[in-house]
Amino acid sequence: MRFLTAGSRAVLIEVDGLDQVMELHQSLHRSPAPGTVEVVPAATTVLVTFDPAVTTRERLTADIADIADRRPSTVPPSDQGLVEIPVVYDGPDLAQVAHSTGLSIREVVRRHTDARYTVAFGGFAPGFAYLSGLDPLLRLPRRPVPRTRVAPGSVAVADQFTSVYPSRSPGGWHLLGHTETAMWDVERDPPALLVPGRHVRFVQVLV
Amino acid sequence: MIEILRPGLLTTIQDLGRPGRTALGVGASGAADRGSLRLANRLVANSESAAALELTYGSFAARFHMPATIALTGAPCPVALDGRLVGMNGPIHLRAGQRLEIGVPTEGLRTYLAVRGGIDVPPVLGSRATDTLSGIGPPLPAPGTRLPIGADVDGYPLVDLAPVRGYGDEVILRIVPGPRDDWFAPSALAALCGGPYQVTADSNRIGIRLSGPPLERAIHRELPSEGMVAGALQVPPNGQPVLFLVDHPVTGGYPVIAVITDQDIDRAAQLRPGQSVRFERRARGRGL
Repeated sequence: MRFLTAGSRAVLIEVDGLDQVMELHQSLHRSPAPGTVEVVPAATTVLVTFDPAVTTRERLTADIADIADRRPSTVPPSDQGLVEIPVVYDGPDLAQVAHSTGLSIREVVRRHTDARYTVAFGGFAPGFAYLSGLDPLLRLPRRPVPRTRVAPGSVAVADQFTSVYPSRSPGGWHLLGHTETAMWDVERDPPALLVPGRHVRFVQVLV
Repeated sequence: MIEILRPGLLTTIQDLGRPGRTALGVGASGAADRGSLRLANRLVANSESAAALELTYGSFAARFHMPATIALTGAPCPVALDGRLVGMNGPIHLRAGQRLEIGVPTEGLRTYLAVRGGIDVPPVLGSRATDTLSGIGPPLPAPGTRLPIGADVDGYPLVDLAPVRGYGDEVILRIVPGPRDDWFAPSALAALCGGPYQVTADSNRIGIRLSGPPLERAIHRELPSEGMVAGALQVPPNGQPVLFLVDHPVTGGYPVIAVITDQDIDRAAQLRPGQSVRFERRARGRGL
């Protein structure tokens, strides 16, 4: 764990990879260090912003190191239940993904629906969640040229992640299908369906 | 009820934002110059976090359909009530039907208009701030928009005039190096602090695009996206830094060479396109 300075009110904690990010985020979510304002997990880092009226950088760093050391030796069971997202696998990139991975379309869908995912982190847009747990055979780099418009509800893969676009936006991920489930609703609390730590499964819907 | 007659270049409703939801992809947003918002609220004895109007480059007009007490802070503008000049940085009492006209600021960029009781539009995710990046928050006031006045008060107005400092010509923002200063050539921090940098026209509540000595990278691989803070100086491949303000993206994939101190973010929010700015390293051990 490496602590980097991110201005007068934040530390950026660099760890070895996604599993450590999720572990640290979960620890800091369960027992926040005093003075914590925000905890922002990403691919290899966790950003912690703090209130300087409550704590100092030194104290916060020590508290976070303590909390990380106290982590349970076994993976804690999820307390948030499993979210099942029905998907119609009719995405414009499905055939290309099958071609690039050397799998049949049916096999791509089977591997995407067999996996159990965990929301690793958000970002990019409100409600956009990076889900870890993608079958290694479905890993592909992003499209060389991003689409300028991706429809909301598009279910996509890129690199080691899968996700659902919560709103219309540009995007460079490979689109496998779509869902009617709303990822983002400001009338809901929390407005994002997929919050870090939540477990997710995709279920194929035939039309 | 406040009826907007002319919103100017950009008028948004702002309060102190919605911190704590960044992990969901929702930034804090809120007033770009928080100190000026707080002062405006204090002058009319609102709670500090009451919602007010943030004007960009003045040129604003509104009619008040009920008696009201207001205060203007931030970028200094000529202010007239039914054609009669009134001052900023103190409470102003209006009768029902009076027309408020605000001109172009003589310096600075953002002026805050607080009304006693606060602007009472429905909050979105716990705040009345408009996040111009994600679109979360109340819609932008347009000509004809009627804004209700609330009851978010805290005592009674006691101060007639708050002394404020002018902005001055030369702007120096203090920086704390990191988190990714080690991704840059050893000369880059010196180049950043050598400056000056010009504020370009491509600047808004999301960030200020700067133009000046390029900051050379030492590590050229891609940075996995990581959490960003307001005040971060993010450096895209062209070497010209972008200074993130309140509506910044919650994560970013370009390295941040340094972050300006929290105290200087309000000052940065008052920078105008064309203005020049310098950066200096914050003295060690001073403040937080």
